[in-house]
Amino acid sequence: MFYREAGQFKSTYQADMAVFPIRQDRIGLAVILLIAFIGIPLIGNDFFITSVMIPFLVFSLAAIGLNILTGYTGLISLGTAAFMGVGAYAAYKMTTAFPGVNIIVLILVSGLFSAAIGVLFGLPSLRIKGFYLAVATLAAQFFLQWAFVRVPWLFNYNASGAIEVPQRLLFGIPVTGASASPETRYYVCLCLVIVMTWFASNLVHGKIGRSWMAVRDMDIAAELMGIKLLTAKLLAFAVSSFYAGVAGAMMIFLWYGGGEAADVFNIRLSFNILFMVIIGGLGSLIGSFFGAAFIASLPTIMKFGLPALGVPLSGATAEHVTFMLVGALIIVFLIVEPHGLARLWQIGKQKLRTWPFPY
Amino acid sequence: MKTSHLMKTAALGALLAAGTFAAPAFAQDSIYFANNAYRTGPFAGSGIPIGDGMRDYITMINERDGGVGGVRIVYEECETGYDTKKSIECYEQAKAKNTIVYSPWSTGATLAAIPRAHIDKIPILSMAYGLSASADGTSFPWVFIPPFTYWDGASLMVKHMAAELGGMDKLKGKKLGLIHLDAPFGKEPIPVLENLAKKYGFELKIYPVAAADMQNQGSLWLSIRRDRPDYLYNQGWGAMNPTAVKEAIKNNFPINKLVGVWWAGGDDDARAGGPEAKGYKSLNLNAAGTNFPAIQDIQKYVVEKGKSLAPKEKVGENLYNRGVYNSMLVVEAMRNAQKLTGKKVITAEDMRRGLESLNITEARLKEIGMEGFATPTTISCTDHSGHSKAYVAEWDGTKWTKPGEWLEPLKEEVRPLIEANAKDYTDKAGNWPKRVEPCEKSS
Amino acid sequence: MSDVAARPAPNFLANGWIKAGLILAAIVATAILGARLDTSGTLYKIFIDPFEQMASAPDLLVQTVWEGLVSGVLYALIALGFVLIFKASGVFNFAQGIMVVFSALTLVGLHEKGVPAWLAVILTLGVMFVLAVAIERVVLRPLVNQPDIILFMATFGITYFLIGLGESVFGGNPKQMIADQLWLPKGAVDLKILGGLVSLQKIDIAAAIIASVMIAVLALFFQYTRIGRALRAVADSHKAALSVGISLNQIWVIVWFTAGIVALITGIMWGARSDVSFALEIVALKALPVLILGGFTSIPGAIIGGLIIGIGEKLGEFYWGPLIGGGIESWLAYFIALGFLLFRPQGLFGDKIIERI
Repeated sequence: MFYREAGQFKSTYQADMAVFPIRQDRIGLAVILLIAFIGIPLIGNDFFITSVMIPFLVFSLAAIGLNILTGYTGLISLGTAAFMGVGAYAAYKMTTAFPGVNIIVLILVSGLFSAAIGVLFGLPSLRIKGFYLAVATLAAQFFLQWAFVRVPWLFNYNASGAIEVPQRLLFGIPVTGASASPETRYYVCLCLVIVMTWFASNLVHGKIGRSWMAVRDMDIAAELMGIKLLTAKLLAFAVSSFYAGVAGAMMIFLWYGGGEAADVFNIRLSFNILFMVIIGGLGSLIGSFFGAAFIASLPTIMKFGLPALGVPLSGATAEHVTFMLVGALIIVFLIVEPHGLARLWQIGKQKLRTWPFPY
Repeated sequence: MKTSHLMKTAALGALLAAGTFAAPAFAQDSIYFANNAYRTGPFAGSGIPIGDGMRDYITMINERDGGVGGVRIVYEECETGYDTKKSIECYEQAKAKNTIVYSPWSTGATLAAIPRAHIDKIPILSMAYGLSASADGTSFPWVFIPPFTYWDGASLMVKHMAAELGGMDKLKGKKLGLIHLDAPFGKEPIPVLENLAKKYGFELKIYPVAAADMQNQGSLWLSIRRDRPDYLYNQGWGAMNPTAVKEAIKNNFPINKLVGVWWAGGDDDARAGGPEAKGYKSLNLNAAGTNFPAIQDIQKYVVEKGKSLAPKEKVGENLYNRGVYNSMLVVEAMRNAQKLTGKKVITAEDMRRGLESLNITEARLKEIGMEGFATPTTISCTDHSGHSKAYVAEWDGTKWTKPGEWLEPLKEEVRPLIEANAKDYTDKAGNWPKRVEPCEKSS
Repeated sequence: MSDVAARPAPNFLANGWIKAGLILAAIVATAILGARLDTSGTLYKIFIDPFEQMASAPDLLVQTVWEGLVSGVLYALIALGFVLIFKASGVFNFAQGIMVVFSALTLVGLHEKGVPAWLAVILTLGVMFVLAVAIERVVLRPLVNQPDIILFMATFGITYFLIGLGESVFGGNPKQMIADQLWLPKGAVDLKILGGLVSLQKIDIAAAIIASVMIAVLALFFQYTRIGRALRAVADSHKAALSVGISLNQIWVIVWFTAGIVALITGIMWGARSDVSFALEIVALKALPVLILGGFTSIPGAIIGGLIIGIGEKLGEFYWGPLIGGGIESWLAYFIALGFLLFRPQGLFGDKIIERI
């Protein structure tokens, strides 16, 4: 009833090919942005912003990165966490070496280092396929994690081997370090995520994205059609690692604020991000957001939300119940819609379009 | 495209934020104390007895005395699974609920919380774990690390080795091996050991264990067989410790030359080795067993009334008592803060003052039924650890015993390192808050 | 797969193995040459010194190889659980690690409740059977014919569920494996050979024997029984198997149950070497390079892969690890596997990947 495109005519090809051709979608997007920019900082308390929203944004970005590789190009990676780590350590090294440079610029530049490492470990993808490719990325995962602990240069010879995030200012306001307010950190994350999502959306809807999808659907066929596998696959690795690297730098600088960084970027995180991509929907940007919300935020919300709602759960029992519920939910969702939450979302929209007269 | 789901999320978020996450109003006459615990995950084996000990002592104080100074302690555990991400959530939760002290229970969580705590003004009590440099009270007014640091522990290990060999001069040409978890916690003792090795002329061999290989230490012990170190210091945690004990036995390493850090002194850790583990040693800061009035009170008021989560036979085990010791520090600091401020319901800022002037004397230990349970500890404005004494505990096949005397750490070696590192830390952080809190006189 | 037979006649240089050998030989030759020229440099430390160590202390070499062999067998055991399920249902079972923990905890937990050891084993097998049926009913049946990656994801759901369930039932305390009650030997056999002492743990010998027997039984089972044949048929093609009247549901239950048995044995062996706790789950990750090296679908592949990885990483860590600070065991296995894969992209024994347009 409210969601219907009747009466919206397109007079140019460009308008017809827009990412959001329907007016209601554009309004919806504006509303979401409004809520994200004004609503959440207004209503949410510090706990909600720091423990739910910032992690959600960081993981969304990492999931978008992996989705480019796995969802759009069809290459499985179990090394996302390590590439995130590269970004985090690169940002740390750079900001300690050049304290004067704007931290946002450094966070973005750190993604380039991650991209370079990603390309290096992506090289075997030309020969190895499917689950077997996981070994190349696993090698990256374990080797890089080892390097984070064992190469003292990376953490500036800190006695504990930890990263300490220094305070950096943006327009005179601290954005990193302990005195940065949660709202500031949230806004920085939000802006980065929006800009990078917009960029990713353009990338996957354009020529490059189409060549990725061709490679995903069948790489030999794509090659015969004139797509250079070497460039397409390595570009996917580079872009994906770039996103992961930026997400990793954001994770340490804007969320954790330092600490035991090597242990943070472990294989479990890699798996979790892969699962965010799968349950969110392979080859869907919006799915990455759903996946991040499901895998990263849901357990937190259940853990702290349920007791606060009056469900008498505490400590270890709450943890067990959370684990069991999340596990069961994953299975239920997969059975209901194996193509991920994004597909569920699409079906919902389709239903809404014809509602209340489905025939 | 994204409209309604995100709207729902946002609405839900708003609801949660507004309603459920808001700090619950506590009755005026209570003190809220949030403690991190890990009863799940790979490190649960060490986390459960500690959590039980902490919980039971607080419960006992509430049951027996009606709280501290007549004010009940509201004790809440936040499950972390020894995961830094969850620890950070727990910190935020503790902050939102106005805890009077944050107890991180993992070095990673401590490292992440230290900068925040100085802004949020919440004292951190990292009892014998965490960042060694944080013992410098001038740089870290909000962090407390009694009764000593990992660096003190490393110096104690060297002292113990020297004592067994017959003097510091006998260390020359000996070999000390360090097995450690390959994480900040495990690497903490390396700088002190390196300094001491240079000074006393012994050789230091380092054997890192990646967290993924905790239970798969075969090649590491082969290297130990090749290098033949005279002593081994085990800075391990969780499932790594029982595996190390078993491997030492398997590889015919003399078990009485294997000394664990205090966290490697769990009863389950040693028990894994079976009868051959007799003679395994561990540094210790508290006595094991139930032969103390305070522990007996716990049995009487908590365990026998079914208010404990711990099985009866586990009460009095080493790590359980460690938890009790930690809670004792919290309770004593609360008492001290009440005395200093004259208030009954204290705030986090009062608690910091209470911790900073904490002075647990022999007489006080006797009063609270812990004579011989631990040694006196004094925290001062500059020294937030106290560098108190420890002893080398020995596993007799069924329980931990105290064969020797309390040893003093090599404070003169450790202290300059702490000050240098604290300075380094605050310099690098950029704009580290200068200490404005006035010093308390020790009570 | 008959397409394998239609391979073109082997061209000498097209053969990956020979090419690999030549390249390797060239690298080694230059390196040794370099090392000879400079007896104190890095090359010497990498290419000459470790071998001199091996020659000077052969007992340690034997011991290292033995340690590698035992861990290789144990890795192979975990990998076997993966292979069984992958072969029969095309599912990459992320939950195998937690199944190891879960079965071992059930066994020890039952024994703690006073159930005699061997009865506890039988009851644990019962539990694993119920688990297999439940997984088939609740998870696999509704997800039949879905892409592999979805089933993979579903096993992640199973993992989460089992972690929660296991911890709430048994608690997180580490437990001692009831090795004595299960007649597993203790102590060591010390061999005085090669001018030194080589000590073989009896439990390791037992583990090697039990694993070998287990693998042999499984191989026979697959080769000669009706169910084994059905399993192989399902592995080849679900649709073809269905059309000749093989019940997929039944096969899946059997396969998951077999994987459960393998998990239990793995749990007993690893548990006896250290202890039974949720940390064991991490060990299962070690099976990944083994699987990839051996090929997802091959039982002999899992065994050979396990041995290569086990021995390779122990030798690497022991002789070359100290050069770069130690602890290289954590990633060496993956690099070994990667090296093999570059020449054989489907693993050592995996089905050849045939691509058609």
